[in-house]
Amino acid sequence: MGTTASQLRKDLLSEYQELTFLTKREIILAHKRFSELLSKEDRNVPTPRVPMEKVLSLPELKSNPFRKRISHVFSTSDMKDGSLTFEDFLDLLSAFSDSATLEIKSHYAFRIFDFDDDGTLDGGDLEKLVNCLTGETDDTRLTTEEMRQLISNILEESDIDKDGTVNLSEFQHVISRSPDFVSSFKIVL
Amino acid sequence: KKLIATLRNKPWRMKRRLKLLKECQAFVEKFEGALGKGKGRKLYAYKVIMAKKMIKFNRDFDNFKTACIPWERKIKEVESHFGSSVASYFIFLRWMYGLNLVLFGLMFGLVVLPEVMMGLPYGSIPRKTVPRAQQAKAMDYSVLLDFGGYCKYSVLFYGYYNDERTIGLLQFRLPLSYLLVGVGIFGYSLMVVIRTMARNSDEGGDGGDDGQFTFTFKMFTSWDYLIGNPETADNKYASITTSFKESIVDEQENQKDENIHLRRFLRVLANLFILCSLGGSGFLIYFVVKRSQDFAKLDQNTLSWYEKNEVEVVMSLLGLVCPPLFETIAELEEYHPRIALKWQLGRIFALFLGNLYTFLFALFDDVNEKLEQEKYIKNATIWGLKEYYANYSTFHNTTDIPPPEIPPADVIRGPCWETDVGIEFVKLTVSDIQVTYLTILIGDFVRAVIVRFLNYCWCWDLEAGFPSYGEFDISGNVLGLIFNQGMIWMGAFYAPGLVGLNVLRLLSSMYYQCWAVMSCNVPHERVFKASKSNNFYMGLLLLVLFLSLLPVVYTIMTLPPSSDCGPFSGRAQMYDVVMETIEKDLPAFIGNIFTYATNPGLIIPAVLLMVLAIYYLNATSKNYQNANLELKRKMQMARDEEKNRRNNKESTNQVMHDLVGLLPNRSLIPPPAEEAPPPGHEKGSKFPKVAKRPGAADNVKGVNLQKDVSLAAPNSRAAVTRPPGPRVPPGNARGPPPGPGRGRGRGAPPPKC
Repeated sequence: MGTTASQLRKDLLSEYQELTFLTKREIILAHKRFSELLSKEDRNVPTPRVPMEKVLSLPELKSNPFRKRISHVFSTSDMKDGSLTFEDFLDLLSAFSDSATLEIKSHYAFRIFDFDDDGTLDGGDLEKLVNCLTGETDDTRLTTEEMRQLISNILEESDIDKDGTVNLSEFQHVISRSPDFVSSFKIVL
Repeated sequence: KKLIATLRNKPWRMKRRLKLLKECQAFVEKFEGALGKGKGRKLYAYKVIMAKKMIKFNRDFDNFKTACIPWERKIKEVESHFGSSVASYFIFLRWMYGLNLVLFGLMFGLVVLPEVMMGLPYGSIPRKTVPRAQQAKAMDYSVLLDFGGYCKYSVLFYGYYNDERTIGLLQFRLPLSYLLVGVGIFGYSLMVVIRTMARNSDEGGDGGDDGQFTFTFKMFTSWDYLIGNPETADNKYASITTSFKESIVDEQENQKDENIHLRRFLRVLANLFILCSLGGSGFLIYFVVKRSQDFAKLDQNTLSWYEKNEVEVVMSLLGLVCPPLFETIAELEEYHPRIALKWQLGRIFALFLGNLYTFLFALFDDVNEKLEQEKYIKNATIWGLKEYYANYSTFHNTTDIPPPEIPPADVIRGPCWETDVGIEFVKLTVSDIQVTYLTILIGDFVRAVIVRFLNYCWCWDLEAGFPSYGEFDISGNVLGLIFNQGMIWMGAFYAPGLVGLNVLRLLSSMYYQCWAVMSCNVPHERVFKASKSNNFYMGLLLLVLFLSLLPVVYTIMTLPPSSDCGPFSGRAQMYDVVMETIEKDLPAFIGNIFTYATNPGLIIPAVLLMVLAIYYLNATSKNYQNANLELKRKMQMARDEEKNRRNNKESTNQVMHDLVGLLPNRSLIPPPAEEAPPPGHEKGSKFPKVAKRPGAADNVKGVNLQKDVSLAAPNSRAAVTRPPGPRVPPGNARGPPPGPGRGRGRGAPPPKC
């Protein structure tokens, strides 16, 4: 536990343990890392908020193509700027932890992939997804033709009611059949 | 209280959860206090306190357990650099280490320790002493390296153990314990492997529908969130892009059907080549083992190091050379890479297996020879003893003749085939370890050093071009680990020290390979997943376990133990120890029970019953799978029907549709279609989805309506039903859409609770 950072209250700690999938050690470590991200004057604010840029500078998130979406999804700020309080941070770690259930993970995965926040994954969302996954440079992107083919294949596979979008239950249905999802959708500090 | 336990499963915001938790806790406190009134109050309060303490204790214990797992940091580092597939090798290594540690504990505690502490010391009886002829060289380094000399006559090997029925103050039955531990090692390993397999298959889903969701999986699950290193991330991007492009091309190419006859011919040819090389390697090993037996008969001084260790060298070389050979031959076959990988693994497996078994057969020939020799020596000893008695009685003229006093080192003793077999296994393991470490050192480290430093003065770019840095060969390493374990299982019965050796090897291997991977290897170009293969490797391990069980059980049951060494000497068969114990130590009726139980008339019906049970379970599981498919099809049909119905309606009258939207009945239309699938879901954990489905249907319709129909108040209401739908407990989801008082506009984002 850091000497300069403020300590976590014991009762809060046990409550967090009840409510998340994290162990005590992990919560304490998370608190330490979170406090390191805070600037000096924010430390004394009752519920400090870390701005999005600082969150994205965490080594675990730095190389992740979905980092901005992750910040947005877990943020509770009214200004929609992607900043996180400590509780949001814990929510994030809990959802990405090893012991989280498949439902929690798939629920949050759906929200992360939903780029326009409309509750379904339509063609635009999928296209942005693929572009995120294939990297920034031009020679790794797919051509428009390939993109179109890819998206139509995906919709064919997972859109059960054939409405052209993937909604939460269809997404969860597909994800539940994937053997890799739980082990790859993990972030450990 | 149940609510508290399930709170962490809800995807809500922390604030809301905290609030709810506090409410629930207050509620529980209040009512628990109330319930405690009247009789039994103290007991109840006590129970409550104990339950709370239990929960706290469990939590602390869980925390402690996770803190105890060794090497977690190291593996996490490897994972962030190389992705989860390379890390899975290290996790497997760690699991093996745990298994071996338990086996070592069993062997050491129940066999070695009693013999050392309570048995006779070194030099007291013939089997524990180095024969006089060899004593001059018993301490030589070269002899010790060969596990001869003092090593051979120590606790490490079978021959050291005495065959007294009980030893020491506690009447510890060593021979019985030796036999039981030997068999128990297999039993424990079997249990652990199957338990891990069951656990893995539970988490990973069925993994059966391989080709069904290729694109979706690639899209949603291909990113490995544990990657924290930008270089790995770049590689991952490249590999994802390549895999997308590949699958797209694959789809298109599935129609193409080239010259199938040529391909078939080539494949048959390739398989023929590989069979030839497998046969060749088997023959080579047999030949070499036979030769080494001839060498053993000659005087040891005249042999060179190579001739003494020929068998091990040849086996290790074969293990090194053949896999790349198989890979090059496999180029002829032109399979899809994943299928080619499976074939490759299968062939390497066959190679190792063939080698090991030829080695064993050659050894068994040797054993039979030794048994012959033993009979000869036994006859000679009896004749010598008779001579001695005859001389003694003529000399001293008494009939009460004391047994001859010969120092233990001079006693003639028969060859101890079990110890020799044990020595062979230990030598094989040691040479395997040496070869592995050397390959890593040369193949990875020296190569990396050369590439890094020679790059400055070489014509072409070494780093990008030919040698470049090595990649971590996961499958090769895992197979090596599995086969090493197989050898340990086989040899543990004849050489109790082998398990300890293996523990040391795994420990050092962990650190060594972690260091090697971090400093000399680069991330794979095609980063692929670890998961599904996990059960594949466990299955291989199980197979190897069975195959290594067979020789040991065979020898216990059929071969007679040597008469001059080991805990079973003097008996006709090794398992006679168990019979003896039952007769002498246990009460009489247990002996009767065993006699009845081993009656074939009882065993055959039992086996028949088990076979029938397996058949029945198989049939039931097939039926369940069929039922699943049926339900899936029904679900699909229901959706299609609904879509058609909607489409028909839409084409007719938009206004009518709006009015229909106002009706409360509207939300009742999907449930009849929904009811059929939810009960049929194979995984029980999908219950929360039942609540979500009606909401989802509403959602879909709401969105579609939004697209087609321009704004009318009822539609916005329909859109609004969606957000609270999934979150509200099941009962409310079927209710009518809430009134217009919500005041939220179209396309409102889901509320952040």
